[in-house]
Amino acid sequence: MDLSSINPVLLLASLMVAATPLLFAALGELIVERAGVLNLGVEGMMITGAVSGFIIAVESGSPALGFICAAIAGALLSLLFALLTQVFLANQVASGLALTLFGLGLSALLGQGYVGIKPPSTPKLDLGMLADIPFIGRVLFTHDLMVYLALALAIAIWFFLHRTRAGLILRGVGENHDAAHALGYKVVMIRFAAIAFGGACAGVGGAYLSLVRVPQWTEGMTAGIGWIALALVVFASWKPGRVILGAYLFGGVNVLQLNLQAAGAAIPVEYLAMSPYLVTILVLVIMSAERSRAPASLGRPFHASH
Amino acid sequence: MGTPLLTLSGLTKAYPGVVANDDVSFDIQPGEVHALLGENGAGKSTLVKLIYGLVSPDSGKMALNGMPYAPANPNAARASGVAMVFQHFSLFDALSVAENVALGMDNSPPQGELSTKIRTVSDAYGLPLDPHRTVGDLSAGERQRVEIIRCLLQDPQLLIMDEPTSVLTPQEVEILFKTLRKLSAEGTAILYISHKLEEIRSLCDNATILRLGKKVATCIPAQKTAAELAEMMVGTSLKPPKRAAEVSSEVALHVSGLNLPPAQAFGTSLRDISLTLHKGEVLGIGGVAGNGQDELLAALSGERLCAADQVKLDGKPVGNLGPTARRHLGLLAAPEERLGHAAVPDMSLTENALLTGVTRQALAKGGWINWAAAKGYAERIIHQFDVRTPGPHVAARALSGGNLQKFVIGREVLQAPHVLVVNQPTWGVDASAAAAIRQALLDLATQGSAIICISQDLDELMEISDRFAALNEGHLTHARPAAGLTIEEIGLMMGGAHGMEAAHV
Repeated sequence: MDLSSINPVLLLASLMVAATPLLFAALGELIVERAGVLNLGVEGMMITGAVSGFIIAVESGSPALGFICAAIAGALLSLLFALLTQVFLANQVASGLALTLFGLGLSALLGQGYVGIKPPSTPKLDLGMLADIPFIGRVLFTHDLMVYLALALAIAIWFFLHRTRAGLILRGVGENHDAAHALGYKVVMIRFAAIAFGGACAGVGGAYLSLVRVPQWTEGMTAGIGWIALALVVFASWKPGRVILGAYLFGGVNVLQLNLQAAGAAIPVEYLAMSPYLVTILVLVIMSAERSRAPASLGRPFHASH
Repeated sequence: MGTPLLTLSGLTKAYPGVVANDDVSFDIQPGEVHALLGENGAGKSTLVKLIYGLVSPDSGKMALNGMPYAPANPNAARASGVAMVFQHFSLFDALSVAENVALGMDNSPPQGELSTKIRTVSDAYGLPLDPHRTVGDLSAGERQRVEIIRCLLQDPQLLIMDEPTSVLTPQEVEILFKTLRKLSAEGTAILYISHKLEEIRSLCDNATILRLGKKVATCIPAQKTAAELAEMMVGTSLKPPKRAAEVSSEVALHVSGLNLPPAQAFGTSLRDISLTLHKGEVLGIGGVAGNGQDELLAALSGERLCAADQVKLDGKPVGNLGPTARRHLGLLAAPEERLGHAAVPDMSLTENALLTGVTRQALAKGGWINWAAAKGYAERIIHQFDVRTPGPHVAARALSGGNLQKFVIGREVLQAPHVLVVNQPTWGVDASAAAAIRQALLDLATQGSAIICISQDLDELMEISDRFAALNEGHLTHARPAAGLTIEEIGLMMGGAHGMEAAHV
């Protein structure tokens, strides 16, 4: 094994890139769950975002347009889930699983003609002086806009939940939908909005995979990141700060194991490949051991009885 | 009298299969405390929802200060000066007091300013509250203060209170009444819903009585006796339950030094519980909701385990045995929550009878269910306890609260328990069903069974108990003979006023 072939600067820089899809998807799901809805369709919405973002970017030549369309595609798919669970009161777990299976199938169909194509490259943000700082500059300031957008989104979500009235109402709906309804809040509408936001975030996360991280389209390319996002939200105790931590940890171990594989480490590839999943879950389980509560209405169907 | 604050004329609201309100009309004057009386299912809640804009009437009109009033939603009602303190479902456990208040206001100021306001108003009305505490950690009385403060911050003209005292100690009730009288003196009208007749007699200026959705009478409650009011509510006169049991000196159940941590967040720990229960005795356990009632029932029924000799049944240690083993030995329990805890909502009465009766009634053999026997057992319960239902094939969910409760209690009583533990046996049950359930418990005691009745209804406990003890923050007081206890003594046993003070009038 040749460890000297691993460059720590590149490792840390690519960690941020590796974490970004997960961060987007998990932040979206965090909002959905804070509104009291459990959408297990993250994987399906991500891959739908990945394929539609890829197609639009290739056809239009504009990655930006690709990301926007990925968000719309994810949101549209999630609205199907919202319709089933909020209007027809279908079971949320079953509907979420169905959404994932549907998304995987749909994306495979849509992406048939796009395998093996290179997408237009997403430009790096020019941060001038900052990028010239030794080490730190290379690690932190040489990325594309989406990496910073994901971080900004986490902060914005924290601010929204804890500092704005709309965020308070969202938390109230997730905590006790009967009380929120009795006070005159439109529970179903608020949940529709939250679900659509979650879908849009998952779509963007998926598009980041196909447009930047990989970058190409392959069937099933999300490879379980949607499920990790779901687990991440729970183990992060529904807190945006901890979601960042978990996502970066996952990204870090993922990049490290890829580097170790490349360096020819004497550990079977299968073990290396499972390590990011294991480490992320393990660390977050330990962190969530302290008393933390899920939104009390999470996963419960709401039906106004009057 | 000038223009009434609120006029209801001919309000009618029907749901599939039931007319909840049928041509209801009455007036509320400014500053008046108006009682709305009626049994469960009489249509009180529906009427209040109409006024608060949660449902709209099929026909009939409302007027506020002489102007037509038809709120499309609660926000519109609040904007018109109508506020409501709910009985259930209106607080958010994981949020702070200030956040809860903010959610109930349409234009809430920033959190800092709101906290100051909460402190000012809560002190002025003698309901001290810390705006930064999490609501889930508050006592029932404190939670109610949050709701009241939330309403008061909006300067309502009409305050609707739905069963506000069911969760309070007598001392807390006294303080609440002082606050309400102060509000009424300031010109706020109060629509007060309750079925506690003595409270209504001491607090309310006028009363409207509903029965089966129709207004049956209006009266000045202070001029009627409680028995007369009850008769108007129920439509017939009720006999108080009789008892002729003699308590033996033989110990049926002995609990000593029982400590249990709470099973879930916002639960109560049981702290050093000790009690002795004799054969043929009814021990009443009072206390404000959330002081360990559910936990005590779980510890006695075997849902939560403890050290073997902390619970002894007929001298045998059973603390480490689960519910089925305890049932086998004769310790039975009927929990408070009918749907979901005492009975499975979507299962038939036969299946529900089987679920707890299988051990003592031998309804299964070698793992095979004897359906004929199970059906026969369900039919016996239905027959002996006058459960109104088409038959044992009906799902538990389809029964009314009172009928299902009769079934749940009957199911345990017919198994001839040595010890029966019941929690809130008549909660949400109409007066005649409640009387039947109480009588069944007393009859069981007469046959020599020992009974623990956990309840928040003090009148019920005084009616059936030989001895009385109270739960307060997980502690159980020493049991005292029920005969001769005064309401003040009971209140002190329940923990007094939990740090409340009277309004600074």
